[in-house]
Amino acid sequence: MESAIAAGLQGLLLGVTNLTLGHGLMILVGSLLLYLGISKGYEPLLLVPIGFGAVLVNIPLAGLMGEEGILRFFYENGILTEVFPVLIFLGIGAMTDFQPLLENPKIILLGAAGQFGIFLTLLLALAVGFDKLDAVAVAIIGACDGPTAIYVSSKFAPHLLGAVSVAAYSYMSLVPLLQPPIMRLLTTEKEKKIVMGTVRQPVSKKTKILFPIVVTVVASILAPIGTPLIGTVMLGNLMRESGVVERLKQASENEITNIVTLLLGLTIGATMEADKFLRTQTLMVLALGLIAIGLDTVMGVLFGKLMCLLTGGKVNPLIGAAGISAFPMAARVAQVEGQKYNKKNYLLMHAMSANAGGQIGSIIAAAVMLSVLKGMGIVG
Amino acid sequence: MDIWSFGLTVALVGMGGTMLVLWCLSLIVLLLRKIFPYQPDQEAAKKG
Repeated sequence: MESAIAAGLQGLLLGVTNLTLGHGLMILVGSLLLYLGISKGYEPLLLVPIGFGAVLVNIPLAGLMGEEGILRFFYENGILTEVFPVLIFLGIGAMTDFQPLLENPKIILLGAAGQFGIFLTLLLALAVGFDKLDAVAVAIIGACDGPTAIYVSSKFAPHLLGAVSVAAYSYMSLVPLLQPPIMRLLTTEKEKKIVMGTVRQPVSKKTKILFPIVVTVVASILAPIGTPLIGTVMLGNLMRESGVVERLKQASENEITNIVTLLLGLTIGATMEADKFLRTQTLMVLALGLIAIGLDTVMGVLFGKLMCLLTGGKVNPLIGAAGISAFPMAARVAQVEGQKYNKKNYLLMHAMSANAGGQIGSIIAAAVMLSVLKGMGIVG
Repeated sequence: MDIWSFGLTVALVGMGGTMLVLWCLSLIVLLLRKIFPYQPDQEAAKKG
């Protein structure tokens, strides 16, 4: 009897005796993500489930990511199959209004320049020793677009998924802190004060409906491997603009997105097991992710300066920083910065155009990169 | 292929390709707007 009680008590202590320093550290990391999401409001929809997933998976002997673990099931069937990121894209498309972009299409080019950080970071990642596909996964943080980063890293470097996702979502929420110093540094006093006129050019409903269809066909033909990304975003947007499938649109932007966001976040958190996450490589991913977003801003502002030069001073280069996917945060940053130097300057609508361009740009950049990799025979 | 040839190829073709695709899209939007211009009366009728 005594030995049975001792064995029973021992069973209660198994969790404690198997708790390692790594587990403890990762529970703290998970708690930090929860703190950032709950107290600081940094991307709470993702950081709360990611943080909780990280806590859960580091409970010794819980086996949530074991062979028959429930989080392993979601990981294999939702992330490795790309179902979760693709469904999130559907919701993003249904929520996104491309009107500012359609009103001012030339500004879309800023959305391309704002992605150059991806490609420059790829070179940096290769320089510090990442192999080719790992470097691609790290570089994609520069898309400043969580679902795109998850899609690419789950496809090519699933072992980096946790670090890449945490970096992507954390830095996205830090855009208002990261961008302004770079914007100030790269622009002159005169450039910051440039007033851009009003561009309100109403767009017909036919144009709004045809836009997602044409973008899907053209972009998918040019970068076929990115079709799941482009196609689902544009399907979501078509449902929004057509106005005839209100229920599907509502479901995409609410129920589907909410359920998938929860499962996606939890499962990403579950990839943050101590033995896989506590590596120097993780710190390098976080550092390179920060550099990637900085380089996006640099390239966007520099391209803005080029447009300013080519248009005879009609474009305020500050809006170049909005050519990233963090919508509408980056546009607000450009507006706030512009008003610091000229109180009568309203850059918001122009910056929103650049920001919408950045949303499409991030997906196109990922699709182009995947197609280039396929063309080079690096991926199947 | 060594990593630098790989990196430079992906970077250059990637940046050029992204710019090219988005430039094509901007032209397409301009074209769509020309073919289907905004007509306040028709749009109001659709909404009404």
